[in-house]
Amino acid sequence: MHYIYLAIVLAPLAGAVVAGLFGRWVSRSVAHSVAIGGVAVSFLLSLVALKHSLVDGAPAFNGTVYTWMVAGGVHFEIGFLIDRLSVLMMTVVSFVSLMVHIYTIGYMHDDPGYKRFFSYIALFTFSMLMLVMSNNFLQLFFGWEAVGLVSYLLIGFWYTRPTATFAALKAFLVNRVGDFGFMLGIAAILMYFHSLDYADVFAAADRMSGLQLEIFAGHGWSVLTLICILLFVGAMGKSAQVPLHVWLPDSMEGPTPISALIHAATMVTAGIFMVARMSPLYELSDTALSFVMVIGAITAFFMGLLGLVQNDIKRVIAYSTLSQLGYMTVALGASAYSVAIFHLMTHAFFKALLFLAAGSVIIAMHHEQDMRKMGGLKKYMPVTYWTSLIGSLALIGFPGFSGFFSKDSIIEAVAASHLPGAGFAYWSVLLGVFVTALYSFRLFFLVFHGEGRMDAHTRAHLRESPAVVTVPLVLLAIPSVVAGYLIGPLLYGEYFGDAIHITAAHPAMERLAEEFDGPWAMIVHGLTATPFLLAMAGLFTAWYVYMRRPALADLARRRAGWLYGLLVNKYGFDDFNQIVLAGGARGIGRLLWRVGDAVLIDGLVVNGSARVVGWMATVVRRVQTGYLYHYAFAMIVGLLLLMTWVVFLR
Amino acid sequence: MIGLSDYLVLAAILFGLGVAGIFINRKNVIVLLMAVELMLLAVNTNFIAFSHFLGDTAGQVFVFFILTVAAAEAAIGLAILVVLFRNRASINVEDMDDLRG
Repeated sequence: MHYIYLAIVLAPLAGAVVAGLFGRWVSRSVAHSVAIGGVAVSFLLSLVALKHSLVDGAPAFNGTVYTWMVAGGVHFEIGFLIDRLSVLMMTVVSFVSLMVHIYTIGYMHDDPGYKRFFSYIALFTFSMLMLVMSNNFLQLFFGWEAVGLVSYLLIGFWYTRPTATFAALKAFLVNRVGDFGFMLGIAAILMYFHSLDYADVFAAADRMSGLQLEIFAGHGWSVLTLICILLFVGAMGKSAQVPLHVWLPDSMEGPTPISALIHAATMVTAGIFMVARMSPLYELSDTALSFVMVIGAITAFFMGLLGLVQNDIKRVIAYSTLSQLGYMTVALGASAYSVAIFHLMTHAFFKALLFLAAGSVIIAMHHEQDMRKMGGLKKYMPVTYWTSLIGSLALIGFPGFSGFFSKDSIIEAVAASHLPGAGFAYWSVLLGVFVTALYSFRLFFLVFHGEGRMDAHTRAHLRESPAVVTVPLVLLAIPSVVAGYLIGPLLYGEYFGDAIHITAAHPAMERLAEEFDGPWAMIVHGLTATPFLLAMAGLFTAWYVYMRRPALADLARRRAGWLYGLLVNKYGFDDFNQIVLAGGARGIGRLLWRVGDAVLIDGLVVNGSARVVGWMATVVRRVQTGYLYHYAFAMIVGLLLLMTWVVFLR
Repeated sequence: MIGLSDYLVLAAILFGLGVAGIFINRKNVIVLLMAVELMLLAVNTNFIAFSHFLGDTAGQVFVFFILTVAAAEAAIGLAILVVLFRNRASINVEDMDDLRG
């Protein structure tokens, strides 16, 4: 089997190399065929691996492919851990990636960077697969950084736009903050466990649970709590949790297929995946779980609110992504790892769908992204309309759609959690449902219903997108509906088996399993439950405010001006970063430049030593009078001294 | 009886005169050359005196060599002086400070 696993990661890499390094010599169609072919091979082989694990019941594969080096008794290896968790991730990643690849043919059709783009996304698929298939922390870190790099390259894909390069830089820097924590976490693991291999670390985790260390004298800290929180800091960067979320909305500067693939469906879920993978560690630290849950809850609710005031179609979906990532994080905090992965999967489908649909709208609108200039697109773009409707319903958790199953399970799991912060998290995710429905359908109504607010030229050219765009939409719409029905085996069956470890101290999943009796019963129950009512209230509010009484939105904006201002300013995170952190860093830089470099090094050390030599020379040169008799005198005096020394002192 | 020390005192006086000639003279390069010659002769006197009183003729042989070399040196020195005077129209020692730092 391990040749198959190797082929899964290497096929997209080959595609990336051909489309990227040899891009100059191959035609556009060859470039995209090779890239798509590589990802398709990956997807098919992932299905083989899924079948191998699921139908044939093969045990988890954990093997090393290549040993990079051995240093100080620690092995640095490339290896694969293929269990139920990673095989699910592989399938989802390669599927969404494949859809996005196909869609890209249509979306990037006129772009001069066509081949470069394919090279990047194929490289991304390779990196992401390396990340999820890894069996050790080193390779995890490699994948982690590699997806970050590709994300940077793709956000700044249109590098002639200053906003795009700014956004790319911002994403890279913010991720660096997170990665610093992540690296410290891995270093701590290496220090205490003396191994980077998952299996070794998890096996030793129990023994480590009592270990303490002192960061500040007198305050003992559990080593595991520290490790978990440090690793989660990495996840906060990659999965865009407050306060490291600021890069994600800006990342929408990249092309839309990228927003769908990297900044919604797959890469940003790497943090969620990582925490789920580390469940044997997180389970041992209630503090870390609480921390995870509270951060997730803040993100889920407050980032959702920001989606209400955005007018850029992609930014609304970006804030929605932040909010949904918050939901997943809350589920992780509630020890419902399988629920988080489940929501990750359904979200990957419907959010990729929504982004690609938004991209389809953007194509039709001639790259206009402002929703205030759209409207009434329903009759021009039927396929985009219906698939968007499916995606939005899945997003708000309408019973029967995939999002319903995962999101309801998250809310239930939080309700069943007893960790500190669970109460706050419960209210956040519950009210978040209302907010989600409100911004989703605000977008939906503004774009597809009502009167068209575009100019006449655009209106004349409105038409449905070509098949390479609509087919992926339809193919993504299918799992957006049906993926939810996997809830039984995924959450309550034995699907994940040993891949996810939950201790008896966190019974949320058991409580959920007791109440669960089939997806249909869940739908029936869901139709009367609070989240559904809240979602409907949100949907109705959106309809009433944006369809019936458009003036109401303006009124609300004027009445609650401070609140509106707060939301438009994104709670001031950006300003804070820009002024305090970036400005502070620039200030320190200027200080070091002016004082340290210009004054100390240039002035004192470099020019100073030259000046001292010059000063000494001006003193010494007076000795050289040029008069013969002075030299003769010096010679005679010297001779006398020498002779005195020779004759008397020796 | 004139002893060794009398010769040595004479030589020392001559040498002192030569040194003084170098320092006190600020005007004329020729006087400078003459002073150098005087110092050389003082040393030669020492050689001869020691040679005589120690009964070793090597010192007197030395003197012949030194006188020859001194003659050659004086010739070269005067030749340089002539060139110098042509270039500068002066043999004033005070003017010759081209090596001043």
